[in-house]
Amino acid sequence: MALLEVKNLGISFGGLRAVNEFHLTIEKGCLHGLIGPNGAGKTTVFNLLTGVYKPDEGVILLDGENIVGKKTIDINKAGIARTFQNIRLFKDLSVKDNVKAGLHNHYRYSAVEGIFRLPKYFKMEKAMDERAMELLAVFGLDQEADTLASNLPYGKQRKLEITRALATKPKLLLLDEPAAGMNPNETQELMETIRFVRDEFDMTILLIEHDMKLVSGICENLTVLNFGEALCEGKASDVLNDPEVIKAYLGE
Amino acid sequence: MRNMKKISKTTKSNLITYGMVIALFLIMQTLVLTGNVSSLLQGLLIPLCAYIILAVSLNLTVGILGELSLGHAGFMCVGAFTSAFFSKCTAEAIPVAGVRYLIALLIGAAMAGLCGILIGIPVLRLKGDYLAIVTLAFGEIIKNVVNILFVGRDANGFHFSTKDSLSLGLEADGEVIINGPQGITGTPKDSTFLIGAILILVTLFIVLNLIHSRSGRAIMAIRDNRIAAESVGINITKYKLMAFSVSAALAGVAGVIYAHNLATLMAQPKNFGYNMSIMILVFVVLGGIGNIRGSVISAIVLTLLPELLRGLSDYRMLIYAVVLIVMMLFNWSPKAIEWREKRSVKLKRRKRKEA
Repeated sequence: MALLEVKNLGISFGGLRAVNEFHLTIEKGCLHGLIGPNGAGKTTVFNLLTGVYKPDEGVILLDGENIVGKKTIDINKAGIARTFQNIRLFKDLSVKDNVKAGLHNHYRYSAVEGIFRLPKYFKMEKAMDERAMELLAVFGLDQEADTLASNLPYGKQRKLEITRALATKPKLLLLDEPAAGMNPNETQELMETIRFVRDEFDMTILLIEHDMKLVSGICENLTVLNFGEALCEGKASDVLNDPEVIKAYLGE
Repeated sequence: MRNMKKISKTTKSNLITYGMVIALFLIMQTLVLTGNVSSLLQGLLIPLCAYIILAVSLNLTVGILGELSLGHAGFMCVGAFTSAFFSKCTAEAIPVAGVRYLIALLIGAAMAGLCGILIGIPVLRLKGDYLAIVTLAFGEIIKNVVNILFVGRDANGFHFSTKDSLSLGLEADGEVIINGPQGITGTPKDSTFLIGAILILVTLFIVLNLIHSRSGRAIMAIRDNRIAAESVGINITKYKLMAFSVSAALAGVAGVIYAHNLATLMAQPKNFGYNMSIMILVFVVLGGIGNIRGSVISAIVLTLLPELLRGLSDYRMLIYAVVLIVMMLFNWSPKAIEWREKRSVKLKRRKRKEA
């Protein structure tokens, strides 16, 4: 069974049909790309998958369970984590605290235990610190653990966002334009990071990207979105050579 | 090793804050005992304790939660009147002042916290500045409600009225407890400077430990980016409500201290009105939003300054205004922030060289 199955998904904003009859199937462990011209509805699909918007129709099955209508936090608990197109870090928290915020639902103790510093507080904080440092080390951010997130250089902020998303132990990771604003070297490094995350964490990844080098470099499967509809879906090499896709991107 | 360092850094900062409060308390207490403090200033010490607690608790809402509350005096008013009502009713039934005060504290904090929850449940679900508007109204409403409230007690139990004390219909042995605009008279004066100082420490303990815990991290994550906080599975409404109700309950504690220091507790614009709420907000803003120790310092300076400058009579408020402006510039102007950062880097370097 596929990890994620989206069937007949649709949403309208007023008179605008943003996403229409959208289908998507992602197998476990797959690196899937979602591409399309500007305004095609890619981020809207992400917002539908994470419960920011409620679809007008359609079903989203995560591991066979319908998650349509659930709140964002419950969808995260069910196993979908995401990053954002315009980076959304907790900017006045340290790098480590950003990751610890991601660990929120996996290392629990109550506010009372926190205020009165009961033994569980120390035990859980210690475990959280260790786990956070482990994750940061994977992404080479452990040296900056005490830096404020807003003081990190751009490329590392992107990495921190991925780290924070992974801290929530997702089954499916959604990356919204992870290479936006990066130079070729940083993009190259990011490609390796994404591949590494997939192998190391046994992760299934769906990413939106405009950088065709990155897309063709790492994605096994692609879905092309145009005017809110899936234009075609399949193996990356096939999709990128499809005349319909070239038409959508370059015009006739 | 790095972890250890980080933990001890926040702990160290907290200990400095506690130490500062204890040291200031000891200094003032010595001055009072040796008779070096004017009676005017001495009378200001207990309200000062209440103001510090108010400033710290408001900073939890404004600085840590990132929501604006303009009705903090309203929560203080709830704490003050409910606890004074309790203390006056039980002045004979519970003769031990300490026990009575402790229960009064719990009642004042609980009632103020309850008001915080009741306001927070609908308002904190909204995005934007609605909390400021609603708390502003709440503060004024509470003050006015207390001013028309008459409560009396006789052998038959409690009597309520919103007209006047005569319409309570009390029997001969009855007494009026809350007398409308005349408020509550004859609350036992149980607040002392020592109790005030201890309660400041308790407040600091609660607020600082809350901030540096899982819940505090969630609260600050919501402040910094609500959408991202939701996406990592943080329950927005729960943590907003938690921060706001703790803040309200602590304002209630300040009200208890304040009420048990007055022979007559009245709800006037000057102590529980809009002006008071703004004054607390001024403490918080000038002490640095999100900076708990700064709130303590600015509450002390800005409360004592007008009194210390009394000798300068005509120029008093002028100097007060200048100090306000200077503090604001020092805290918030980009140049000043830059200068402070440079200085702290230099200090760190010097320390490293020495070590």
